[in-house]
Order: sequence, then C-alpha cells, then structure tokens
Amino acid sequence: MREKILYVLGIVALLILAWNINAIARLPEETQQGVTFKIIFFHVPMWAAAMTAACAALLASVGFLVTKNFRFDAAAVAVTEVGLAFTTVGLVTGSIWGREIWGIWWTWDARLTSALVCWLLYAGYLMLRKAIEEPTQRATFAAVFSIFAFIDVPIVVFSIKWWRTQHPQPVFWAGGSFPPDWTTHFLWNMVAMLLFGIVMVAVRLRQEEAQREIDSLRRTAHAQ
Amino acid sequence: MGFFRQVLVIAAKDLRAELRTKEAINASLAFALVILLLFSFAFDPTEDTTREISGGLLWIVFAFAGALVLNRSFARELPNDCLDALIAAPISGAALFLGKAVANFLLVLAVELVSLPVFGIFYNVRWTSQFGELMLVLALGTWALTVIGTIFSALTVNIRLREVMLPMLTYPILVPALLGAMQLTTGLVAGKPIGPDTMAWLKMLIGFDVVYTAVSLVLVESVLVG
Amino acid sequence: MSAVAVDGVWKFYGDFPALRDVRLEAAAGSCLALIGRNGAGKTTLLRIMAGFSRPGRGQVRIFGNTPRETETRRQIGFIGHGISVYDELSALENLTLFGKLYGLADPRRAALEWLERTGLERVRNGLVREFSRGMRQRLAVARAFLHEPSVLLLDEPFTALDDRAIAVLQTLLRQALAAGKTIILSTHQLREALELASHVALLNRGQAAFCGSCTPEMAADPGLIYARYGEG
Repeated sequence: MREKILYVLGIVALLILAWNINAIARLPEETQQGVTFKIIFFHVPMWAAAMTAACAALLASVGFLVTKNFRFDAAAVAVTEVGLAFTTVGLVTGSIWGREIWGIWWTWDARLTSALVCWLLYAGYLMLRKAIEEPTQRATFAAVFSIFAFIDVPIVVFSIKWWRTQHPQPVFWAGGSFPPDWTTHFLWNMVAMLLFGIVMVAVRLRQEEAQREIDSLRRTAHAQ
Repeated sequence: MGFFRQVLVIAAKDLRAELRTKEAINASLAFALVILLLFSFAFDPTEDTTREISGGLLWIVFAFAGALVLNRSFARELPNDCLDALIAAPISGAALFLGKAVANFLLVLAVELVSLPVFGIFYNVRWTSQFGELMLVLALGTWALTVIGTIFSALTVNIRLREVMLPMLTYPILVPALLGAMQLTTGLVAGKPIGPDTMAWLKMLIGFDVVYTAVSLVLVESVLVG
Repeated sequence: MSAVAVDGVWKFYGDFPALRDVRLEAAAGSCLALIGRNGAGKTTLLRIMAGFSRPGRGQVRIFGNTPRETETRRQIGFIGHGISVYDELSALENLTLFGKLYGLADPRRAALEWLERTGLERVRNGLVREFSRGMRQRLAVARAFLHEPSVLLLDEPFTALDDRAIAVLQTLLRQALAAGKTIILSTHQLREALELASHVALLNRGQAAFCGSCTPEMAADPGLIYARYGEG
C-alpha cells in the first residue's frame, strides 16, 4: 500500500513537472538574458528543496540523539542524501547559468562559495557514515556532525558574504520583477520538486530500513 | 574535585604523554616548515605579494600542521583502551573534552609560535609591529581549530582512514573561523591594527569559538557514551 | 538492596538484539561469574553495567543508582580487555593520575600503596612501555582497585595473565569479598572463576539462561551448567 502511494505521488510530481516544463518553454524570452533566464524555474526550487532537507536533517539528528530511535537515523541519512543531490544539481544549474550570463563556469562569489561549503559539509556527513561500522556509533556520531554542520551554515553564509562585499563583485545582475503568470509556473515547479524530493526520501527510507533488517539478520546468522 | 581541576589534570596528562614521545609535535613542526618552504615556490615571495597573502599562508600552515596534533588527541587513548578508564572515572565528559582541548590548544599554539618567526625570516616580514593583537587573533583562531578538531578527533578515532577523515570534516566547518583569522592576520602582519572595518571579523571569531565550545560541551557526553 | 541489579536490559546493534531482556542480581558481598560462549553478550553486559554504553531498554542499578552518576562511578572498578594505562607514563604517574581523577585525598600515597600490593614498587618510575606483559596486567589490576571500589566488574580478568598476576588478582579478589565488596566477572576459565564465585549466570545468545547459586557440583564439573542450560 505504502509503495503504491509512493509511486502515485512520484508520477504526480513528474506529471506536474512535464506539464510545467512545456508551459515554461512557451513563455516569452526574458529581455536581457533570453532563454537562459528560465533556468531559474529549476535552480531556485532545487535550492529550496535542499534547504528544506538540511532543516529536516537537523530535526532528525536531534531526534536520534534524544530518543536513540533508529527511524530518526534513517530519516537523517535519507534527507541528507536527497538534499545533497539537490545541492549538486543546484550547483550545476547555477554554473551553467554563470557560463551563459557571466561567461565563466565558476566565480568565488558569496553565494557560490557558501553553497560549495555546504555541499562539502554534507558530503562529509555521508563519508563519515560510510566509515563507521557499528550502527549505534554511526548514528550517534553522524547526528553530532550533522548538528555541527547545520550550525555552521548561517555562519558560513554571513562570513563569506562579508568577505566578498569587501571585494568588487565580478558581475552584477539586478533582477527585474516576475510577471504573475511566471510566478504561477515557478510555484508549480516548487511544488513538483518538493513532492519529488519527498518521494525520493521515502524510497531511500525504505532502503535504509531494509538494510538495517539485512544487517540484523546477518548478525543473527553469525550468532548461530 | 572541582571541574577546573579535572580539566587541568586531563590537560596535564595529555601534555606529559605527548612531551615524553614528542611524536605529534615534532611531526607537526616539521610539516609546518615544509609547507612554509613549498609556499615560496607557489608564488613569487616579493614584499608586496607576501604582505597581501600572509594571513592565508600562515593559517593554511597552522591548519595543516595542527591536524597532525589533533589526530593524535583521541588516538592516544586507543592502544590500551585508555578511553574506557577515563569514561569510567567520576569526571564529566565535558571536563574530559575541555582538558583534551586545552592540551591540544597549547601544543598547536607552540607549533605556531615557532612557525611565525621562521615565516618572518624566510619571507622578510616584520610581523611583530602589532604583536599583542596578533597574539589575540592567534589564540582565538587556534581555539576554533582545537575545539572543532578535538571533538571531531573523538568522532573519527575508531574509523578507517582516520588521518584523512579528520581534516576533511574539520576544514569545511572551520571555513568561517579560518576566513576571519586570515583576514585579521593579514592586516596585523602588515602593521594595521584592528579597526572598525575588521572588527566584525574579530566578533565573528569570538562568536564561533563561543558557539562551538558550547555545542561541543553539550554533545560530548553522547559521543563518549554510546 | 542488591549491589547490582540488571532489570530487563536490551541492547541493540542496529536492529539486532545483542542482549535480550537480561535480568540479573548480585547481592552485596557476593561474587557472580558470568559465563557463556563467545558472542553471548558478556562483554556488552559488563560494559553496560560499568556505564560505558547505555542499554536500549531496561536499566542497570548499582546500589539503586544508574551507572553514569558520578557517585556511582566512584564505587565501580573495571578491568576490560585493555589495560587502560598509558604507555608513555610511569607506573606511579598512571596511578597518581587516576587517583586524582577519582578525587582521592592523597593520590600519591594511594598509588604507592597499590604499587606495593601488586608488587610493582621496584619499577614505580619505569615507563609502562618498558613493562613485561605480566607487570602491565598487575598495573591494570592496581588501577582498578586504587579507589577502593565496592563493585568490581571484571571482563575476562584471568585471560592473558601470567601465574604471578593470577595469584595477585585472586588474593585481592578474596580480600575484597571478605571486605563485603561485590564482584562480577566474565570468564572462559571456569575453574579459576568458580573457585571464587558464589553465584553463576549463563548468557546464551544475549539471554540469561540461568542465574543462581554456584553449587559444589557445578564447581566440581563446570561443564554441567552448559550441559543443563546452554543449548548444544
């Protein structure tokens, strides 16, 4: 039953996305940036999903440390992995946009740098998990690291912004206002991405639970 | 026994054990000198360039060399299951953590205090003009490095590839602190005292130290007792 | 009140229960031998009693308190698989360190006393690194007894000990029992353990299969407990 609901939700998310992409493609081109501008329909929702995932990871990690319930641990790893995937795509789409508009793939501007640091932090979380064998220790240590990482994000963003404002910005882009029908499509994309993210988290959660069961069965077999 | 006496006992124990073998501190010092040497090839060490990047150069040296000291911090407890005895003792995890952090702080600081004059000689920099403020920044930045390094040393002590994992987890978290310390140090080495434009860095550094010391003290008990 | 009470303790590794609803009690002044095959959960149980890890469910009470309370920790002496003393420090420095951590009134005097009782006074300033295996083990014993604990938790204490260390440990344990202290030890060396033990508990796949008095016939034929209560 749970699986069927997941599939349905996933299909709904993809349908919204497909319909919306079609609609976005028909929208007129933005005056200054042309078609490249439309990447914002994907880029921003990705980051929204990534940030939601980071908050969820914090809650799940605190939840594990308080309750020692492994469901929280599974939730933490699921949202972090999906969040990291969104962050990666967010970085890539941002980079493509930068190549078209700024003419460069990467610049050490405030937002890009902080995003990269976040990516490194959460990738570090997953690597730490990979390296620890014992499940309780893995869950505890990973939760502690996740809390450290989450606290770091606002400090990183603040400090890098402050660092960069001392230097000339490479390119300035003063955004115009969004027409209302564009906003509608933007919001639909937001909904689709978040829904898609939730489905992926749920799938990953099931995997994690199955993995835990397998590990437990293996230990039982060894104990015989 | 009071909390601070416990912290001192742990710190003294770590320092005594380290100074007897000098494993970590010798390695760290040698590594610092090697990096200082390598940097002279990475750019043309003229007066102007050196002044511009001195903070970045120094803190990269400190962070890399410091990692060697921090790696040993909890690894020292491994060989005879010594950590068990410390956890069994009637002291709080916070006292244990703080004691280790203090010992690491002093060791890393010692490496830095040797590296600084060497840097001054190799790169022809008169770095002493703002000595007091530079020492303040050094202490704050080093505390950030050791507080994060010590707690992560506890997280990574049991895992494969410990030596690689610790810096990989530590440096991204330290980005704000290192950035602040680099900015401040560059100015101070060039002879400019901390002014209104750099004050925010100092505040951020202090904030970083306070926040992460507090979080570590709260979480260390869950790290030590699974 | 029993000195040590293990009340429905479960411990999970992931979903796998390493301990399942273990219930044990040890009265003050008794000696409980914890036996069982490798992987039965003896070490896990002892580490939970000593407060090194928390039970997933259930609780351990030492004189009515949880093992993590500061006052309780003062009453526990633990010997694990490692010797838990520092190679880079001398025997005296090691014991003085733990004396200070336990808040003893005169750590140095206590350290010297225990070095003498374990026959290490001659090498008190020698670094542990240079000690022979037997000397290291005796120092580990001294460390565990230093703060006069009233509950001794010993994980395989006789394994890897030389004859002299075994003799030292057995004398100390007898004295401790005579002084009304409680001992829980896990072991494979049934004969050495059953000589001391007043009670026996058998762990089988994380469960307490048997817990009761150590009868003369058990002491005479240790295999009996396994035959009667262990499977296969």
